[in-house]
Amino acid sequence: MSTESPQIRLANEIAAQFHHRPPDEAAAAIAAHIRQFWDPRMRADLEHQLATAPGAFDPLALAAARLLTAASNSAS
Amino acid sequence: MSLLKEPDLGTPAKAGPATVSLEVDGLPVTVPEGTSILRAAALSGVDIPKLCATDSLEPFGSCRLCLVEIDGRRGTPASCTTPVTEGMQVHTQTPRLEKLRQGVMELYISDHPLDCLTCSANGDCELQDMSGAVGLRQVRYGYEGENHLQQEKDTSNPYFDFDPSKCIACSRCVRACDEVQGTFALTIEGRGFESKVAAGAGELFMDSECVSCGACVQACPTATLEEKSVVDLGMPSRSVLTTCAYCGVGCSFKAELRGDELVRMVPYKDGGANEGHSCVKGRFAFGYATHPDRRLNPMIRETIDDEWREVDWDTAIGYVAEKMREVQARHGIGAIGGITSSRCTNEEVYVVQKMVRAAFGNNNVDTCARVCHSPTGYGLKQTFGTSAGTQDFRSVAKSDVIVVIGANPTDGHPVFASRMKRRLREGAKLIVIDPRRIDLVRTPHIEAAHHLQLAPGTNVAVVNAFAHVAVTEGLVDRSFVDERCEEFEEWASFIALPENSPEATEEITGVPAAELRAAARLYATGGNSAIYYGLGVTEHSQGSTMVMGMANLAMATGNIGREGVGVNPLRGQNNVQGSCDMGSFPHELSGYRHISDDAVRTVFEDLWGRELLAEPGLRIPNMFDAAIDGSFRALFVQGEDIAQSDPNTRHVTAALRAMDLVVVQDLFLNETAKFAHVFLPGTSFLEKDGTFTNAERRINRVRPVMAPKTGKHEWEIVCEIAQAMGYPMRYTHPREIMAEIAALTPTFAGVSFEKLDRLGSVQWPCNDKAPEGTPIMHVDGFVRGKGRFVPTPFVPTRERSTRRFPLILTTGRILTQYNVGAQTRRTANVAWHHEDVLEIHPHDAEVRGIGDGDEVTLSSRVGETSLHARLSDRMPVGVVYTTFHFPVTGANVVTTENSDWATNCPEYKVTAVQVGLKTSGTAVEHAERAIPALAD
Repeated sequence: MSTESPQIRLANEIAAQFHHRPPDEAAAAIAAHIRQFWDPRMRADLEHQLATAPGAFDPLALAAARLLTAASNSAS
Repeated sequence: MSLLKEPDLGTPAKAGPATVSLEVDGLPVTVPEGTSILRAAALSGVDIPKLCATDSLEPFGSCRLCLVEIDGRRGTPASCTTPVTEGMQVHTQTPRLEKLRQGVMELYISDHPLDCLTCSANGDCELQDMSGAVGLRQVRYGYEGENHLQQEKDTSNPYFDFDPSKCIACSRCVRACDEVQGTFALTIEGRGFESKVAAGAGELFMDSECVSCGACVQACPTATLEEKSVVDLGMPSRSVLTTCAYCGVGCSFKAELRGDELVRMVPYKDGGANEGHSCVKGRFAFGYATHPDRRLNPMIRETIDDEWREVDWDTAIGYVAEKMREVQARHGIGAIGGITSSRCTNEEVYVVQKMVRAAFGNNNVDTCARVCHSPTGYGLKQTFGTSAGTQDFRSVAKSDVIVVIGANPTDGHPVFASRMKRRLREGAKLIVIDPRRIDLVRTPHIEAAHHLQLAPGTNVAVVNAFAHVAVTEGLVDRSFVDERCEEFEEWASFIALPENSPEATEEITGVPAAELRAAARLYATGGNSAIYYGLGVTEHSQGSTMVMGMANLAMATGNIGREGVGVNPLRGQNNVQGSCDMGSFPHELSGYRHISDDAVRTVFEDLWGRELLAEPGLRIPNMFDAAIDGSFRALFVQGEDIAQSDPNTRHVTAALRAMDLVVVQDLFLNETAKFAHVFLPGTSFLEKDGTFTNAERRINRVRPVMAPKTGKHEWEIVCEIAQAMGYPMRYTHPREIMAEIAALTPTFAGVSFEKLDRLGSVQWPCNDKAPEGTPIMHVDGFVRGKGRFVPTPFVPTRERSTRRFPLILTTGRILTQYNVGAQTRRTANVAWHHEDVLEIHPHDAEVRGIGDGDEVTLSSRVGETSLHARLSDRMPVGVVYTTFHFPVTGANVVTTENSDWATNCPEYKVTAVQVGLKTSGTAVEHAERAIPALAD
């Protein structure tokens, strides 16, 4: 079995669908999708993975995770 | 035949504005042009004797009973084959006609066993009725001459018998098989006195092409073709109108009972979805409801290694509530959740999601549509504005081009397939897009114009190539697009890119560019073009993208918003549409409204008296991941066998083992129940009271045929759990639940049990704007206002064939079995399909030393199972296929964690596998043995 975090895998799979769009726009769309469909604990894990395993992220997924992290930091 | 008869007007209705007026026995009647005299007479209240005529079949004119006299015309024409004309004066009862009819009946009866008093069809026999109707009093011809009375009975079919000694050679069975079912399995063989009904080439029914739909039994006017259950149990004496609990077609049936015992299910002529037709599952495979495997008492156990202990309802409900609260106290409010079932009624589903949101206090509710049509929900909402098929089933009769993508209607949705086949026989063109050569590609009197045998996982590349042809060859419906849609230009620029051309995608898809171009031109220019699709579209890593791609194509070519066109999901289970409508997804409340919408949430909070979380909860695959990581500890599972139906069985069972509490509400101790701590016995569809919503958004009543064998309705149990957890949830009848659904859901605002009882069924949206429902959607505008084009770049799945796993496995269904087989495996349907087999191309088999029928191992990177091989060229080289109806095979032992990017719908349709001849040294014998006991 893969040891990859499910959240990184899912985020990377979403990101793969947005490579046709400009990077900023794509990152915002990916972040919006995750915000719309993911349970908060999954988003929290994604933010955790961002801190501990950034190299496992697709670049667009990484940018989206950073947007989500910034948003949750500003909310808290 | 049906004891509880609906009116039979003799010949089918004719449509059209022009009418004709005539008189029948002095009674004036006005009917549509083209109507038969027989039907016009019936409409005027005059029943003309008939035997070979019935209004589900075209007139045949063979029995010569329906003869009439017409002023100004010579002879006595058959009224079934004679159309009405203006001013016609028809006489149906004259001494001449009486004599002729008695003579005809005398001949019939002279070759018919006179055993009416002991015949199983006594009281349900049109021959018997007509003998009385024509006043037959004597038969002058004895039995000394040649006759058919000693013909041997064919009892090979498990559900009905064929007794040729009682056959009157009216051909109704043959015509029903041809016209209604479209299988052409029956014929009249021989000539003159030797004429007789034969299955196939004079074979037993069981050995013929017969698909046991029951249309012939339904059409037979005598006891020649009769249900075994009627022979065994006797004639039913009462009838309850209800809805089938198998596929998403949602056929209406009369459940016919003798006392409290169900004798037979007879398709209902006025059923909006099926109009009197049925399939082998709905018509005959209901025995599971009373199967001895059913558990009728609640059971609990502390650990999954303990024995089950039967308890009373109060104990079981109290146990569930206490344990759920304990888990929440230890692990947080979000540590529990529930799964709703597409096999339960709207009302049962609604109360489960309400229990989760209001009593559990979170949004961890999902439904089995997660693993089938969740991409339909996402894709159609993005493009059209709502998650629903655009047409009613009748619409296919107006289609000129029918595209079937990733669906196998003759097996998965057989009653709708019969409608489709009828239209195809009338001349509509067919395009099949499927890796497997499904039956529809070439079937009697039908041959697909194009079968695009694409490589599994390349749907999006194919649909993009279709759209590329439409855009670059000037086949776009500009007026439709300009008036009805938005974001076209961006999409058109994307789709016109050379990478989307048929020539560029050919290498990826394996579909020859020239053939794809021809198919795309046919779709774009062939008149009314309709798309019908199934799980071969959704169960991919780009399932949602493909749904949007099909929506783009339909909008670009103007094939939306009228009869004969549209984008139509063929839903797998009876209430997939309904379970999604009811707010089963963790991010949506009923009517597909996002949980974060404050205004929507407030409406629910006000009525439910609870504050709701604004964040989405866990989807089913996320629940499994969270169970393994320890943050999700308790699950209520309503009527779904996730341990068999969900992908990567090892992962699912590891998740179930990791939980503190698994509650299963089901008819049987299924595979999931092996990991459960509480078993709450459920009710079969024969005991349920509520509604199902089929694939055409049709809300049908499900009426109880008998009281719950468990002592409680499922909705009552759920409400009592909620109450035991401190949240008051009380209803006295499911109609009150529907009233609450209607109060909270704009698309259901006009729905009530009273209206359904009055109208038969309605298709949502049903509200003030459309009080009797909406057969076709997006007629004047899309639900979201303008239809939205969404670019759909093709992204290959990460599941690739490798040296170790060089083949691609794809999965599907077979006609006689249903989903995980919990129901159909417990019926005589196993006579047709008693195990899952692996279809493998002869070339792939030969290089592995595999012969037809050999036992083989099927392995992927996540698991291994074994099953028997069937050599078949239905699949291309490099692709193998199996079904997933039997737990002993456990096809999902090998399917992986890959899923649709947008919805997490599993990618069942693409798994890299290896197949090998099973040798005596092979360790794996059955799927269960391949599942390790420990968590990953």
